[in-house]
Order: sequence, then structure tokens, then C-alpha cells
Amino acid sequence: MQELITRAKALLESGEVQRVLGWKQGEHIYDPEPAFFDSAEALKDFVYNGFCGANLSKYMIEAAKLEGKTLVFLKPCDSYSFVQLMKEHRVDREKAHIIGVGCKGKLSVNKIDADGILDIQGAGYPDCADTLTVDTLYGQTTVSYKDAMLERCHVCKGKEHMVCDEQIGESADTADSDRFAQVAAIEAMSPEEKFAFFQSELSKCIRCNACRNVCPACSCRKCVFDSTKFDSTQKANTTSFEEKMFHIIRAFHVAGRCTDCGECSRVCPQGIPLHLFNRKFIKDINSLYGEYQAGVDAQAKAPLTSFTQEDAEPSIVAEGGLTHA
Amino acid sequence: MPVNQNNEEFRPVIVAFCCNWCSYAGADLAGSSRLSYPADVKIIRVPCSCRVNPMFILRAFEKGADGVILCGCHPGDCHYSTGNYYARRRMTLLFSMLDFIGVENGRTRVEWVSAAEGVKFSETMNSFVAKIRSLGKNVRLGDLRCKN
Amino acid sequence: MQKIGVFVCHCGSNIAATVDVKKVAKMALKEPGVCHAEDYPYMCSEAGQSRIAAAIAEKGLTGIVVCSCSPRMHEATFRKAAERCGLNPYMVEIANLREHCSWIHKDMEEATEKAVILMRAAVAKVHLNTPLQAGESAVTKRALVIGGGIAGIQTAIDIADAGYKVDIVEKTPSIGGRMSQLDKTFPTLDCSACILTPKMVEAAAHENITIHTYSEVEKVSGFVGNFTVDIRKKARMVDMTKCTGCGVCQEKCPSRKTANEFNRGLNTRSAIYTPFAQAIPNVPVIDTESCIKFKTGKCGVCAAVCQAGAIDYKQQDEIITETYGAIVVATGFDTIKLDKYGEYAYGQSKDVITSLELERIMNAAGPTKGHLERLSDGKAPKEIVFIQCVGSRCSDDRGKPYCSKICCMYTAKHAMLIRDKYPDVNVTVFYIDVRTPGKNFDEFYRRAVEDYGVNYVKGQVGKVAPQPDGSLLVQGVDLLDNKQILKKADMVVLATAIEPNPDARKIATMLTASIDTNNFLTEAHPKLRPVESPTAGVFLSGVCQGPKDIPETVAQAGAAAVKVIGLLAKDKLKTNPCTAQADELLCNGCSTCANVCPYGAITYEVRLVNDHGIREERRVASVNSALCQGCGACTVACPSGAMDLQGFSNRQIIAEVDAICR
Repeated sequence: MQELITRAKALLESGEVQRVLGWKQGEHIYDPEPAFFDSAEALKDFVYNGFCGANLSKYMIEAAKLEGKTLVFLKPCDSYSFVQLMKEHRVDREKAHIIGVGCKGKLSVNKIDADGILDIQGAGYPDCADTLTVDTLYGQTTVSYKDAMLERCHVCKGKEHMVCDEQIGESADTADSDRFAQVAAIEAMSPEEKFAFFQSELSKCIRCNACRNVCPACSCRKCVFDSTKFDSTQKANTTSFEEKMFHIIRAFHVAGRCTDCGECSRVCPQGIPLHLFNRKFIKDINSLYGEYQAGVDAQAKAPLTSFTQEDAEPSIVAEGGLTHA
Repeated sequence: MPVNQNNEEFRPVIVAFCCNWCSYAGADLAGSSRLSYPADVKIIRVPCSCRVNPMFILRAFEKGADGVILCGCHPGDCHYSTGNYYARRRMTLLFSMLDFIGVENGRTRVEWVSAAEGVKFSETMNSFVAKIRSLGKNVRLGDLRCKN
Repeated sequence: MQKIGVFVCHCGSNIAATVDVKKVAKMALKEPGVCHAEDYPYMCSEAGQSRIAAAIAEKGLTGIVVCSCSPRMHEATFRKAAERCGLNPYMVEIANLREHCSWIHKDMEEATEKAVILMRAAVAKVHLNTPLQAGESAVTKRALVIGGGIAGIQTAIDIADAGYKVDIVEKTPSIGGRMSQLDKTFPTLDCSACILTPKMVEAAAHENITIHTYSEVEKVSGFVGNFTVDIRKKARMVDMTKCTGCGVCQEKCPSRKTANEFNRGLNTRSAIYTPFAQAIPNVPVIDTESCIKFKTGKCGVCAAVCQAGAIDYKQQDEIITETYGAIVVATGFDTIKLDKYGEYAYGQSKDVITSLELERIMNAAGPTKGHLERLSDGKAPKEIVFIQCVGSRCSDDRGKPYCSKICCMYTAKHAMLIRDKYPDVNVTVFYIDVRTPGKNFDEFYRRAVEDYGVNYVKGQVGKVAPQPDGSLLVQGVDLLDNKQILKKADMVVLATAIEPNPDARKIATMLTASIDTNNFLTEAHPKLRPVESPTAGVFLSGVCQGPKDIPETVAQAGAAAVKVIGLLAKDKLKTNPCTAQADELLCNGCSTCANVCPYGAITYEVRLVNDHGIREERRVASVNSALCQGCGACTVACPSGAMDLQGFSNRQIIAEVDAICR
């Protein structure tokens, strides 16, 4: 972590960057939050540890509007989002100094089965422990680092940064699950089971919009669900269109653009596995239109803005051609 | 809408989006050829199948539609060259998502109907209405967030 | 709030017989904003339109809904009527109560209920309509004719005579098409070449006509008035500016084993060839697949004998790009393949031939120099059997469901010509029906029967069996006498169905013109706009639109030319105002819309925008409404809904959805 601060100070002091985009300590150890640092002095609040899951790419949209360069720390998976935003002309590569920062898997406090957490040891970077020690109001407990990792780290896309100016820190291989296993498991259910599963999950949604606000692909200046253009803004109305369709449309709008960064599921206060929607689209796109990973190549044609004459017909769905594919 | 309360006869609400150049003309031909299909089908004219936003389809379901069908020019025959190819990908993904969340996948359909295919238009609508009648009233999309 | 008038048309009894039009009008008055509703027997009539005008004037209507026939029929009529009263024409919506309701439903209650819903949807939409202004685009005063047969030639000559430039693109080395392969023409029996070649010469010599033979249309972009077309001029390997057409190269060419396409493969030709003697241009091409020089590198006889030094083995295909205001499709036809008709022994016996092959045999320039002889042994046939409807009016997938239209007449012609020239030959025709509607057609057929003694048998042939002695045993039925017929014949002629040129589908796709299941191009209206494609600026000439004979083809060619002339005579065209528009406040500048635009109509610019007091420079989409054709692909690609389509806006379509599902 110190290495990051040292480098950030140097870049700020040389005037090469005007500000630093990183994470600062939150109220607890487990809730660091994204922050801009304007001076070397301000960097005293900078943190980087196992809880810095927040993907900073989206903040670079605002940074692009500011004077001068911004130093941003991107984890390997965050860098996909940055490339995707470059593809969509939302961020300015020229105004970004990107430090590709290493990652050994990010943690979720929700996976630490403990109440009254006071402190957690072993979540630092680069030195992290195999086992986290958790001090709580009610005593001490332990949990393995791996078990406390975010779902997305178990299906990590890799240690490589898709874009960066320099790299600091080592990354670890954390992938130990099949990325599409959860989706395939749902696909294998009967329609009734599928419906019951999603009804149960989506019923928890409180429409706080956290998923939308954190998502680097959901970066519209104004969301259709806040716009009068679709007659879809009926916030007070419980039977409204958006209440039921929000997650389907949100997933559709980011289909082919979603890098599967997993931020939606990370921030959902209700713990809805929102990434399943996105990953279902990714799985379908891969099997129907060829492997496509958003955020790898800013020049690649996106699956929903291209086609082939031999594309599958929509009837493939009814024929069951996409299940277990 | 006309859902008979005592369930004697289920009259579904069906929205058919038809592209102006092929399928709407195909529907016109079905009409002038007096090829009947159930009155449950109501057609909305769009310039091209690629004009149909998934939001329109979900909106229809939300407002009480029991089935939504999208008809466009055959692949390769789009008046705008490429519109139906985009529509094909969009609808395939949308339908797959609806299937994924447990909505009966027969409630949505895409058919390519040319201006000369009045017979196909009528047959398509007859078979689609029969399918929706067999599926019954659409409740799942409406109940997606209403755990009982 | 709009003031909306609803006008319910009876369409005589077409609508009123199954829809309670009075009830539809009454229900309309219950809709919000509707302040006038009436029904009338014929809204499209002068009287009906003046009722609309009166209501607009009296009630100050801001939008109208006409519940009538399909908008494809009368939308333009009612828009014009509105415009005459000072109402913007795009404040008119049509509820299709005829094609989509009264004509397909029998139950009055059910049809009326649906009609009311369709009316409501149109009212809901018109509430959100906004006045639109059509833009203008210039017209390129040049036409392209695809296909150099009689249809294309006639269309080109007629357009050129009106003073406009025309290019003909012909795939084969010469213009002339199928007609150049025919021997005589019905019902006058004049020689086909004698009437065609002067037209070919006229086209070639016309100052306004440019002919690109051995060329194909490669790519088409643009729209009515402004098509841009890439034409591939295939390498002839002969310099057209040097060749004198002396023909020595063809005489000396050592490769002579290639099937002669012009003679339907009944004899062979050299590798360097002109298809026929009167070819225009009279410049040969080298068939590089047959040419020894191209296959082995060793030969070069043609170059050696060419006095003009016109042979150029290094010639390359050339792509020329030209702009046109209008395009005429005249791609013509071919006969169907007979591989699914094994029972007729075509391909097993050389003496079973198609009618088009018989044309070549009868022709003095054909493989037998015009002598009627069996291709198997060169003997003069004594018994000839004609079989009608081979692949036409076919209910299974072996053939075509339609009538090929020309076969009855050309068979009568063949039978008559044979009986006239060879009175000792017996001619029998097996037919399903004899169809001879046309000027002097039935008289012609009766002459074949009554004056020339052609034996017509109503019935189909089940089998043609080649016999060891070289004859053909024809097994058929005589439906009138209800008996089996076994007939020994020396030659059997199959009236083979015609089908559109195999390239028609490819060309229709390039032009975004509609095509039917039989690969005939679709006309804009089967009765009232028979020579126009539904795609503006694309016109149809000849058999590409449907089977027809030469007089009909020439008539249609002229009609297509008139439509083209009418278009080219305009300096400006009104453009469709139903184009996409980007809301700069909602636009993310992500370029997704531009990626799906088939017309390249969307560009991006950095613009100073004022977003509720926040002034900043943003990258935003900008639609060139002259290029935008209004498909709407961008509107769905756009995640924020910044891109919307005028006339079919998100809110309009959602309003229709809501009205239907209400």
C-alpha cells in the first residue's frame, strides 16, 4: 500500500497528475470508499486493502471533465471497465494515468459470518493472510480469506490489466469456480423453479438503485427509468413498469457491454445475485455469437451492434437450444 | 380486458408488432384475401422490426398482454438492409432472459413474414393465439416481484 | 391537449358489414381529447374528405384519426386532405379497420370490439404526434437498368428518349437476353432476332445510353434520387477499344469444348467467344476457365492472330462507382432445372428437350442450323410429343405453384411451325388446360388445331421411357376419353416452367426491394402500382416481377420507364420526415447508435450544451436527416433513450401498447 502512496505523491508533486483517484478509509475497516485526493497531504487517508472492491473506472467519467490528468488505480478486473468506457467515448485515455494495481482477491463483509465487527486482521495488501482474524464485540473469530472473497473473485477473469501506464503489485490466482455454473444451474431448473427463484430474489429489491449507480456500464447521463421519454417514470406507483422490468431492462441495456465486474452484486444491500442476469446474457452471447469479453478490445464490434446472416433465430429459446449450451 | 371471469373462454390480449414493409403488408394481404385469425391479435405498425424496443414488449406484458409477437421481413429482405438482423439478436437474447427467469417461452415469438405471405401471416397468428390460449393468462411477469 | 377528430369509414359495406361503425364513432367520443367523431360511407371520396375538412375548420381539430382501410392504401390521401386544411399532414393517424379487422372477422360484436381498440390506439398515438416537416433532397438525373434483355433495353431506350442518361448493366457478354435465343415469336410468327436486333442497335447507338456488358452490380447504397452503385466490369481479356469484331480469334481458338450457353449447351463454343453473331457489343470475351492460356500458360493463339492487338491477358476486373436517381430491375428469367422430373427422362435421352432448346434447334443459327432433327442420331423425327406444365402449376416442391403463362402459346407456335415446315411430322400436345388470353392468342391456338392438325390431348404424361430402338414411349392419359395412351415418339418437348433469374434475390437484397417466395420481385401494389417496387426509386420491368410474354414485357418496360422519367424530371424530392433525432441532453456520446445505422446518418460532434444550467462541452450524436431513412435501429441501440424516431416515437408506441392492453 505504501508503494502506491509513494508513487501517487511523486506524480502529484511532479505535476504530472492533478489528482489521485483511489480509496479512502470508511467508517469501518471493511467499507473503504472511492475518493479523489487533490494533494500529497490528502493521501494520508488513502487505503488499499482486501476490501477495496470498488471499481474506480466509472469515476473516470467525471475525471475526464476536470482539468489535467487524473491518476487512477485499477485492479485487473476494473481495467476491463475502463476499456469499455473508452470504447464508448466516456473516459479520456489522455487524461488518465493508470496504475494497474495488483489484486489478491477482494473480500465481502457479508461473507464473514459475524456481528459487531470491530476489526479485521489479515486483509491488507500486498500482505494478506490465508486466514482473516475478526475481532467482534463478542470476541474473536476467524474465516479463511478465500471463503470471505466476493463471488466474482472465484471466477476471476485473470491477472492481466487490459490497460495501464504502469503496474504496481502482484496479483494472485483466485479463480476456482466455473463462471457459468450458477447460470447453468438455473437454466437446468423447470420454469416453475426458475420463476420461484427469481421471484424470491427480486422481491427483495428495494429499488435503491445502488446496482445502477455503481455499474460502469450503467453510466447514462440520465437513465431511461428517470426519463420522461419512455413514460416509464412512475416512482410512486408500486405496480409500475419499472418495478417489474427494471432488472431485465438494466441487464439488456448492458448486454454486450457488461464486463462482468460484479459490482452490482457487491453493492446490493439486499444481497440479490444481480450478476446472474448479466452473466446469462454473456453466456448466451458466447454460445450464440462467439466468445466475447467486453472491455478487452476497444475496437471490437459489440455483439448487439453486429450480426451475421446465419445468426440463430429467436425460436432457439423455445426449442431449448440455449439451455446447457 | 376481456378475460371472462367464469373462465368459460379465455380471450387473450395479443400485441403484434409488424414492420411496415413486409409483415404489415402481409397482414394487409391476409385481410384482402379474407384469411381469418382471431380478433385477439392487435397490430402495431412500426417502420422496421429493429424499431421494437424490448421495453415495448415488457410494457405490453405489464399492461396485461398475454402474448407479444414481432413480425419482420425475412432475413436478407429488410427494407433497411440490416434492421431485422439486429432485431433477431435482440429478441433472441430478450426471449432467452424471459425464459431464464421462468416466464413461459411461448408468450413471445418472432416470425418473418413477407408482403406476399398473407397465408403465412394468418397461419402464424392462428398458431400463436392457440399457443397463448393454451398457456392461459400471463401472470408471471406481473408477479415477478410479488412473493405470495 | 389535442383536439382530435375521429372519422369512421364504412368503406361501402367492406367495413360496415362486420363493424358497427356508429358504435366505433360513439365510443371515440369517450376518448380523452376527442371532440368530434362521425362515420361516413366513403371517407376517401371527395365528399368524405370535405367532411374532414369541415370538421377541422369548425372544431379547430389539431389531430385526426381516420378509421378506414390500411394506411398503405390511403394514408397519403388523408394526409393531403389534412394539409389542404392547414393541418400538418403528420397529425393524421389511420386505424386499419378493414384489412386488419372487418375483412378477417365475421362476428360483428367481436369485430366491433377490436375496431374500438384499434381506434383507441390510434387516438392514443395521435395525442403524441407532433407536426413534422418534410425535407428535400436532390435527384441525380441518371437511371440504372439492371439486365439487358428486351425489358431492360426497352426501358433504357424509353428513358433515354426522354433525355435522361441511362446505364444498362448486363451480366453476360452481350445484351439481348432470352429474346435473342428465340426463333419466332407468337402470335405473329415474326423472327425474334429481326425485331430485337434493331432495338439492341438503337440502345447501343443512343447518345444517352451507356451499356456495361459482362458486368454485375456489386453494391448499392443510398436511397431514391441518390443511389450509389458499384459495378464490377469483369475482365474481358479483350480491349474493347481495339477489337474490330473480325472473329478470327474465335475461329482459331484451339479450345472448343465448352458447352455453348447461348445454345443451351446443345453444342460447344470456343474459349474466346461472342455469344451470338449479332452480339452487342461485337467484342468477344475470354472464358478463363476454358482458355488453355489461362489453364496452362501455354497457347496465346488469339493474341497471335489478332491483327488489332486487342487481346490483353492481364486485364483485371474493374469496379466503377456511379450515382443514380432511379434503378430498374430487369433481370428476367431462366427455365427451371429438371432434375426432380426423372419420369420425363430429360437427361437420359438426348431427344427429350426443353422448349427453349427446341427454339435453338429451330433457329438457323442454332446447333442444327435450323433443321429439325433428333440430337441423338440426327434423324428427322416423325412423331413429336409436347408435354405442358412441366414444373408449372405444381402443388409439390418439385416445381412452381404458378402458371408460367407463356408455354401454351409457344407450344402452339412450335407445333404450328413444325407442321408447316414438316407436314409429315405428327405433333401431339398433352395439356392440363390451354390458356390463351391475349390479343389474337386464341385464334392462333385454334389455327394450330384446326388448320395445322395438331393433336391436342387433355391429360398428363406419367412417364417417358427411352426404348432400345432409340424411340421414346410416352405413357399418358386422355382425360376426355378416359383412357390410357401409349405413344411412341421420336422426340419429346417439355414446356419447362420459368423462374426468376437466380441473381434476382441477390439484387433485391442489395436494393432492399421486396421479393416473394418464388423469388419474383414484389410490386408496390398488385393492381395499382405494378411496375414500382415498395422501395422508393426501384422499378420493375419484365419477368423479374412475374411471368409475362414479350408484348407484356415491352409494355411494362415502357411503364417502368415512365415512372423513372417522372422521378428524374423532379429536381427535388420530399424526404420522409419520420427520421431519428438525438436528444443532446440525454445522449451519452457512446457511438452505439452510429454502429447500427445502415446509412451512416449518425455522426458525433462536440457541442456546448446547457443541461439545466450546467453548461459543458459534450460529445453528442447528430443525425443527418437527409440520410436517415427512419428504420429506428438506433433508437433501440441507445440505452438512454436519447435517440428517438419522429412519427414512431417511444412514447407513441408505448401509448399504442397501453391502449391495446388497457
